[in-house]
Amino acid sequence: MVLKTEPFVLNIGPVHPSTHGVFRMRATLDGEVIVDLEPVFGYLHRGIEKLAEERTYTGVIPLTDRLDYLASMSNNLAYVLAVEKLADIAVPERAQYIRVILAELQRLASHLIAVGSFLNDCGAFFTPFLYMFREREKIIDLFEMLSGQRLLYNYMRVGGFNQDLPDEFLPALRILVKSMPGYVDEYDRLLAENEILLARAKGVGILPRDLAISIGASGPVLRASGVKWDIRKADPYSIYDRFEFDIPTGTVGDCYDRYRVRIEEMRQSLRILKPALEQIPGGPVKSPVPHYLHPPAGEAYARIEAPKGELGFYLVSDTSIAPYRCHIRAPSLINLTALRDMAIGWKIQDLIIIFGSIDITMGEVDR
Amino acid sequence: MITSPGPDLSQYWSTLAPDWPGGFWWHWLVFSVIIIAFVLLLVMGFVYIERRSMARMQVRLGPNRTGPFGLLQPVADAVKLLLKEDIVPNTADKLVHFLAPIVALTPVIMVFAVVPFGDGALLSDLNVGILYVVAVASVASVGIFMAGWGSNNKYSLLGAMRDVAAVVSYEIPLVLSIIGVVLMAGSLSLNQIVQAQGIPFILFQPLGFLIFFIAGCAEINRSPFDLMEADSELTAGFHTEYSGMKFALFYLAEYGEALALSSIIATIFLGGWRGPLLPPWLWFVLKVIIVFFVMVWTRTTFPRARIDQLMALAWKFLLPLALINILITAVEVLAWPEGLPWGLIFVNIAIMAVLVVLWSRKFKLGWGRVEV
Amino acid sequence: MTVLLSANEVAKEITKRFPQAQAQASNDAVLLKGEALFEVAAFLKNSPEFGFNYLNYITAVDYFDYFELVYQLTSLSHNHTVVLKTRCYDRNNPVVSSVVRLWRGADLQEREVYDLMGIRFNGHPNMKRIVLWDGFQGHPLRKDYL
Repeated sequence: MVLKTEPFVLNIGPVHPSTHGVFRMRATLDGEVIVDLEPVFGYLHRGIEKLAEERTYTGVIPLTDRLDYLASMSNNLAYVLAVEKLADIAVPERAQYIRVILAELQRLASHLIAVGSFLNDCGAFFTPFLYMFREREKIIDLFEMLSGQRLLYNYMRVGGFNQDLPDEFLPALRILVKSMPGYVDEYDRLLAENEILLARAKGVGILPRDLAISIGASGPVLRASGVKWDIRKADPYSIYDRFEFDIPTGTVGDCYDRYRVRIEEMRQSLRILKPALEQIPGGPVKSPVPHYLHPPAGEAYARIEAPKGELGFYLVSDTSIAPYRCHIRAPSLINLTALRDMAIGWKIQDLIIIFGSIDITMGEVDR
Repeated sequence: MITSPGPDLSQYWSTLAPDWPGGFWWHWLVFSVIIIAFVLLLVMGFVYIERRSMARMQVRLGPNRTGPFGLLQPVADAVKLLLKEDIVPNTADKLVHFLAPIVALTPVIMVFAVVPFGDGALLSDLNVGILYVVAVASVASVGIFMAGWGSNNKYSLLGAMRDVAAVVSYEIPLVLSIIGVVLMAGSLSLNQIVQAQGIPFILFQPLGFLIFFIAGCAEINRSPFDLMEADSELTAGFHTEYSGMKFALFYLAEYGEALALSSIIATIFLGGWRGPLLPPWLWFVLKVIIVFFVMVWTRTTFPRARIDQLMALAWKFLLPLALINILITAVEVLAWPEGLPWGLIFVNIAIMAVLVVLWSRKFKLGWGRVEV
Repeated sequence: MTVLLSANEVAKEITKRFPQAQAQASNDAVLLKGEALFEVAAFLKNSPEFGFNYLNYITAVDYFDYFELVYQLTSLSHNHTVVLKTRCYDRNNPVVSSVVRLWRGADLQEREVYDLMGIRFNGHPNMKRIVLWDGFQGHPLRKDYL
């Protein structure tokens, strides 16, 4: 006797304790197994691309903060690199070193949140989350020393920085860099072999290599699927070609691999920070740039390896003081394309974990 | 009959024995008041202990503002919940929705009728004590399912279905692990089980204790098996649609179940009220608090298991181990009918270690390393 | 270092095989005619010496007279990249063929271009608005919207 069942539609979100931001999913379920999934977003759309056409080139920088609000420094960096490419502005050495230091610190902070909230979704009731926030507080304190802000820094400028580093920044950073590897090792030791985490995350939500490339995934999502592609190595920007670091890749592309890749990337960031601290030269931190910048007509695309993936800005200029068109290549949006394929066939609890392991920020997805 | 060392209070208890004229009702009244007061007070204490110790383990402080050291926090929670508006969904099944918290809470308090607080100090010395406990505790899951169904909400229904599946699966290893204790004590009555523990049974039955603890945590929906009320997945599971006093009853029922489980563990494995120097009821409360602390510890540490992994754990891991435990205990009891020598403690612990390691090999997930 | 292939070279290769595409170089990018977009993209993806298997982004710019669609493609194995452009001169109902069948990542990005700029894509499985709600009138990113 065949039991007559019918699938039902469950609406998850937009306000939900574990979707990272306002994100809605309409899941068609057969019992507990997901049969179909339709992501709906746009709840955080603020029209940043349109707003950018009405502000000066420097005035767009606070807008870029609010894209991936958990990694503001990286957004700023991508944008100012694009403007400098458009207007052909060179940046002094000291500013380049500071940019690398800030970008890597931001990567640490962002990955701490990513791993913490991934484990929170797995059910470890906030304990790893709060431990990682303890470390993130130290990084945020450093950023507050620089810019006065804890979350949306608005710190980088076209051509460098407006002010030099305060005196207490570098010694505090040295202390952090010395203690951080111990903490990362502690988290790894506590979590990596945990039986329940392995049971929940291993083999779950596999993103095959070909699908990852076809989607245009980038960042830890792409690397966990086995593709060794990191923009810091493949297309080095700023002075990344002077530093030595490895690119962690996964094998299978499941949630556990994404988690491992992020932990290893934290270690590699620390490997970049140490020599950068030693080698930072003196000198000016800003090259002279007119207050109202009129770049020559043309277009430029600059990209960086943001913590979430490849963040790029495509700028078109028509020599006025505002960009003619500013398009933001958001990694979270493009990584999200695979959610339906990754989730079908798994259960609701796995859907939450898969979604958490892609690590998206709705500010980027909706812009 | 083995009496506890310390002041002989049994003369006081025996004057309240059920078989003197009018004595039965006094006995019932005094003990009912004691049990209800005990449950309510200790549940509030548990709420406080859980919040403080969980916070401390999470590198933060926990409630420390309301009253000295935050001791009045549970009182504040209770007052808040009493003052909230009671919202019933329009399309909910009114009678089922109303009765569900009551059906979920009452069995929990009923469990304490057979738990001894001192030598012979219990509401009724049933000679099927532990069987009564198991039977009554299962009724609580009916209340949870009523809550899930009566709320007319897909999330609640999902939570309730999961809960019923888990509770039914874990009843079996739970009951089987008790049989080892019963074999050693020779009786189902909780009073006699405590009196038979010259050496606490946890040392003789490490495997039984482990299985009982894990199965018990799954029965009462505590981490790592708390997917019935997983906040990060289903909002709040079966009690999503409850507010005000009804939610307070569910809250009470959840911690009440934790209290009941801790009391049963303290009674049948740790020796109940036995112990030197302190009065018996204080020993009992101390042991209950220690067991609960271990539960809070596991909650803070582990991620959550998925529902099918939960069931696999019950049927494939705990059930065979429980059966082997009964076999070994039966062999030992038959070989030494007048009481087991304490040397067997080490033998039993060794057997447990071997079995657990062997069985978990079958559950080990293969993992590869990240190539860097 | 990712090499931006010279637009002239790529345009010559394309014109050899697809003369109807009228490929020409226009500051570092290869400008094509809209109708030939899909075949040229398929050729660029599948040919072994180009092998552009990774789509970076799709975007559109409103230049009053025409819409210009910009595609950037990268080859992960050869580590080179190229920028493709097409133009739509019809302001009221611009239509371009979709490349979803070649790169799955174009799915959400083409929906976004439709939503904000109004350019429809032929062959897209789910041509709906993505960041704005379904009943929204108008396309905000156009220059004549506000």
